[in-house]
Order: sequence, then C-alpha cells, then structure tokens
Amino acid sequence: MSKTPNIKRRQFLAGAVAAGPVIGLASASRAIAAETAPAKSAVPGKPQTAGDTQPPKEVQKLVTGSKVGGDFMVDCMKALNIDYVTSCPGSTFRGLQESIINYGMNSKPEFITCIHEEASVAMAHGYAKIAGKPLASMVHGVVGLQHSSMAIYNAFCDQVPAIVLAGNVGQGTARRPGVEWAHSAHDQGIMVRDYTKWDDQANNLQDFAEGLVRAYDLATTAPMGPVLCVIDADQQEEEIEPGRKLFIPKLRQRSHPTGDPNALAEAAKLLAAAENPVIVTGRYTRSEAGPKRLVQLAELLNAAVVDERNRMNMPSRHPLNHSQRGAAMIRQADVILALEPMDLFGTLNNVDDLIGRPSQPKTKAGVKVIVLGTTDTNIKANTAEYERYQAADLGITGDAETSLPWLIQAVEKEMTPARKALADTRGQKLKDAGAKFILTAHEEAAMGWDASPISTARLSAELWNHIKSEDWTMASEVNFLSNWPYRLWSMEKHYNSMGGSVGGGVGYNAPAALGAALANKGTGRVTVSLNGDGDLMMSPGVLWTAAHHQIPILYIVHNNRAWHQEYMHVQRMAQRNERGIDRAHIGTTMDNPNIDFATLAKSMGVYSQGPISNPADVGPAIQRAIAVVKKGEPALIDVVSQPR
Amino acid sequence: MRRFFVTAVAAAAVCAFTAPAFAQGAPKGDPGNGKKLFETIGCFECHGYAGQGGGAGPKLINPPPWEAFILQVRTPRQQMPPFTTKVLSDQQAADIYSYIVTFPKPPDPKTIPLLQN
Repeated sequence: MSKTPNIKRRQFLAGAVAAGPVIGLASASRAIAAETAPAKSAVPGKPQTAGDTQPPKEVQKLVTGSKVGGDFMVDCMKALNIDYVTSCPGSTFRGLQESIINYGMNSKPEFITCIHEEASVAMAHGYAKIAGKPLASMVHGVVGLQHSSMAIYNAFCDQVPAIVLAGNVGQGTARRPGVEWAHSAHDQGIMVRDYTKWDDQANNLQDFAEGLVRAYDLATTAPMGPVLCVIDADQQEEEIEPGRKLFIPKLRQRSHPTGDPNALAEAAKLLAAAENPVIVTGRYTRSEAGPKRLVQLAELLNAAVVDERNRMNMPSRHPLNHSQRGAAMIRQADVILALEPMDLFGTLNNVDDLIGRPSQPKTKAGVKVIVLGTTDTNIKANTAEYERYQAADLGITGDAETSLPWLIQAVEKEMTPARKALADTRGQKLKDAGAKFILTAHEEAAMGWDASPISTARLSAELWNHIKSEDWTMASEVNFLSNWPYRLWSMEKHYNSMGGSVGGGVGYNAPAALGAALANKGTGRVTVSLNGDGDLMMSPGVLWTAAHHQIPILYIVHNNRAWHQEYMHVQRMAQRNERGIDRAHIGTTMDNPNIDFATLAKSMGVYSQGPISNPADVGPAIQRAIAVVKKGEPALIDVVSQPR
Repeated sequence: MRRFFVTAVAAAAVCAFTAPAFAQGAPKGDPGNGKKLFETIGCFECHGYAGQGGGAGPKLINPPPWEAFILQVRTPRQQMPPFTTKVLSDQQAADIYSYIVTFPKPPDPKTIPLLQN
C-alpha cells in the first residue's frame, strides 16, 4: 500500500476553495500594509505574512502518482475491442476523457468529437449496423443524456446496440457548488429506462468493469439494443493504489437465441405445403450471412420475398424479390413467414388515414402466419414501438438469421418431388414477373427526367451511375425518395443499405450515415447518404465532425425545402375540415430564406457544391464529389429536389 | 403515423389514375391558374411538380378522363384527401385539369443512358 494519503479530486478542490480565501486575506493584509506603510519605494518590500513564507498547514495532494480509475475504464473498453468513443465533451467525464487521450493515447478507442450528444449516439447507431459491433458514446451527466435520448430511442426501436456512458457526480458532498449539481442525478437510468435494454450505475471500479462487460454482452445479443452505464466522476479520477485487485471479466462468446427445432419443423411443413408462400423480412439481416441464407430459403421454396428494408435483406434485383408489389403478394399468400418483422400488423392490414382510422386485412381468409424473430421479446411498458398486436398461427422465438439454416434444413426434408415441381412452376412465374420490375422502374423514372426541381428518380439514377463500379454503402433511409435507390440500384451485399431509424426521430440520418462512414473508413468503401434537408438541419454539426476527423462520406442533400410529410398531414386536416387548403405550408416549409447547404458545409471545412437546380449538372457534380470522397474526405452536394 | 402515410397514399391512389389521357368533356380551364393552384393547394406534394408521381401518389402525366379525374378529386378512393366544392370549385378543378394535361410525355427510357443499367 502506498503511504501517500489517498486524497480524492473533490477533497483537493474543496481544499483549493478553502485556500482561496486564505490567499485573499494575505493579499488584503498586504494591501492594508501598503496603505499604511510609508511610500518609500515602488519596489515590493519584504514578505509580511506567514502565508507568503510558509506552505499551507493542511498538505493537499496536487498530482496523482499512479494509475487512475479512468485508465482502468479505458482498459475495459480496450478489452471489449471498442474502437471509437463518440462524444461532445462534458465535465462529468473529464477523468475518462483524459484517460482516453493520454493513457490510451487516443487509439482504440479514439475520441470522435461531436457537436451534439444526439449525434454521438446516432453515429453509434449507424456505425453498429455497418461495423457489426458497437462503439461507445460518452455523454455529459443529465443534460448530455437528455440530448442523446432521442438517438437512444431510435436505437432501441431499431434494435441496434449502442453503449452509452453517462457522466455523473454521485456523492452530493463531492460535487462542486452550482451546475455540477444540475448535471448529476441519483438515478440517471430512469431518464432512458423505457427504451434501453439495461442500465447500470456502478458503485466502484470493479462494479464498472463487470457492468460494462455485461452491458456489452446484453447490447449485442439478440434482440439487440442500447444500454447505459453511468460513470461516476470520482471513480474516474480516483487513484488506483498499487496492489489493488481489479479485473475485467472475459466477454461471454454468446450465441444468439435460436428457434425451437420442433417449431421450425412445423413451420417447414406449412411452407413446403403452401401454394403461395410469401416471406416478409424486417430487421432480419445482421451479417454477411443474412442475404445469402434468405436467398437460399426463397429459392428452395420458390417463394416471393417482400422486403420491408429495415436491413439489406434480399438482393434488390433477385427475381424472387417482389417487394415492389408487396401488397399483391400478401393478398394471394396462403402461408406467410415473417422474419424479424418490424410492424407485422401494418404489413398484413390496411389502416386508412381517414376519419375513424378504418382497418381491414390484406390477407385472404385462412392464411397461416408464421413469425420467426426476437422482435417482441424486449418490449417495455410505455413506448409503443412494438406496434399493434398481430395474431399468428406459429410464433417462434429466435434470432431469424441464426435460425434460418435450421429452417432451411427442415424445409429440404419436406420438399418431395411433387412439391418441388409445383414450386418450380410457381418460381418461374415469379421470376418472369420479377424480371419486369426494372423495366417498369426505368419507365417511371423517365417521368419528370428533366424537371426542376430535380426528380428523386433522376437524382438516384445519377448517383447509381457513379457508385455502381465501387464498393459502397447507401447509409440513408430512402422512403422519402420514393424508394428509388431500391428500385434502380443493384443491392446485393449486407452493407449496401441499412434501413432507417425506425423510431422516426428526425435528425438520425446525417449522424447515422456518418457513423456508417466511420465503420467504412479505411476499407475503400464509398459511403453515400441521400440526406433530407430537415434531417440535416437537426444535426448540421456532423459536417464539422466529418471534416475534423476526415471521415469520407458523400452527403447529397435532398433539398425539398420542407417537411413534406408534415405538409401532407396538415393538408389532409385542412381538406377534412374544409376551411382553407392553401395555407398548409405555414410551419411546414423551410424557405424564405432558402438554406444554402453548400455554404453551410464549406463553413465547416467540407467540400461542397450547390445549390444545383439543373438536372444536367447533377452527374458531373457527383463525379467531382466522389473523387474527393475517395481521397478520404467528406463532400456535400446540395440538390434542389422534388418533394418525393 | 408519419412513416406510413406516404406508402398508404401511394398504394391507394395508383389505381385511380391509370386510365389513358382523355381530355374530351372537360370544362374549359385556365392552365396558368391551374399551375398556381397545383403548386399551392398540395397537389404537388403527392404527385410531384412535374406530375411524375412517386411514393406518395400516382403520376398525373397522361391523366385520366375528366370524369374520372373529378370523381377522384371529389370522392377519392382510399386515402387521397377529398377536395370538396367548398374548398375547390368546379372551375378551379377544371383549371388544374387543363394544367396537368400539359405535362409533357416522358422520354423513352431506352433513350436515356442512365436507365440502361
């Protein structure tokens, strides 16, 4: 044990505060002496008080002499192979931040400076979907956590792992007066407990180590989700006495939950005997294996796949991918297999946005529904992201991607020659119809081809022309672009797209795309985001983060100068209430003045072009911007676009 | 709710506007005023400024006959919000119709190099 007294930072600060007045008194006495002494010379005289000549009576430790708690926390993150910490600085984690940059030498994890905590966690969201593992986001006590809460909610809704570390000064007597009290809490977890998988507030460093490893384990086991670890400031800053026994538990190599073999066999019987089996996919893909296994099952059954695109599930141009006529497929199905569905009720029913919100099933009578996934196994009592309850004939709890090989095996056993012949006939019809999708897409994309504002089809086609020969990730949700990238591009790899926020919290896309780009950094993969203007304006600081950390990404701003979804909602209300239909733009548009995104980007050190209104200028602009991105830098193009 | 609206409207309205262009029988309209209305009372939101359609609504290029058009406008099938006579007169509807029939026919996609891959 060290003989040095274990004086904590708070004690030091308290001592410093106490010493302040002493020094002040000494100065005051000097000032009084100056007033009373004869003014002989401007040169200071001899010291007059004990404070000037002797050290303070109470010896305060001014520097640490050994490893501190934050260093151990960095060891924990290194043990978990966490490559990055996204963070906007805050004093409640100053100890850990200093340990990251000086003890850890800012490498694995590297500190990624963000301008807002929502961006920190949204980056974690996008990163995890592409990297296949989480990073850590460090947020300031209470206020930073509240800023980040929207992004935590999105990650929860999307079942994506995020490790959130929130600073805190747990002991009231150790807090500095003033704002540090406002940045501390007895139970920070309660702020986000409704939408985290687990939260922990460690009482000591050993607790922290075990809590972080448990948090990582839980976050990355299906159903995945965000977790919160509250990191106490005193634990970060305390010295670790030589000889103190601390250890980091080894992370369990945990398998994902797999469907019950008997239930999978039953599902296989239903699928193999079906006349028109349809596979619906939501948050199904987690890895490279996802699309491959799905194709294998679909081809075995010759079943249509309706991909809801919450992940890159089914190659977009596979002839069994019938997402483009999903409703028709659902209507004619006699057996539906839903893999990790996000909103199965919405998939199988129409709910009209009319007075009374009438709903009716899309499915035909007698349809058998099989659900395979973990979607409903981590719901909480308050928020309703779990969607309306949908009845099913067979509910199999298990991670769909992990379970699929067993299901495929079971289906193979059921495929008699007669069933295989029927399936082949069905498959040929589906493939014939599927081959026409791209032709129809091209015909429809030609409409408004030369329009200004620029059509989203033209924009998507121009971008595809420049990335089709690259390895790429499209890191944005594109339902507001009429899903043109899914219709026009060939997506095959699991990282070609990653779905959206699911929670619907606008402000997700720009930082999540940057997180995806961070995951792709150094791989040669080009990351592109067709980013909504409203979304980007909620977190424009990500542009600075991209420039500062040289994260290559191409943002193309879908600049339609409005929140058009909301515009349409207000328009609907106006028409329903029959009292004026020409004022729905009030409160829903972002014009007058128009936002100049290129100048905004430039101001933060990002290469930019625009605003572009002439469709003929889009292609060359993309070509120039891609060249910048391939050099390892971010770029932005502002394209004045059609609403959808 | 916001994320479902677009898809639902698209699905709803496609079948309403798939008939071939047929302007006979339509009352005389003012395409200039029609354009102004089209761009201020929400038509462009779902159907696009060029009438190209998209995820939120069907194309209006090569629109249906006037009778089908006005029926859909007044008593829409599925989820398109209604434009009653209280908020849109027959003359205004005719003005809009006279504008949308001017949307140019799209080019043959086979002539567009970017739509060959």
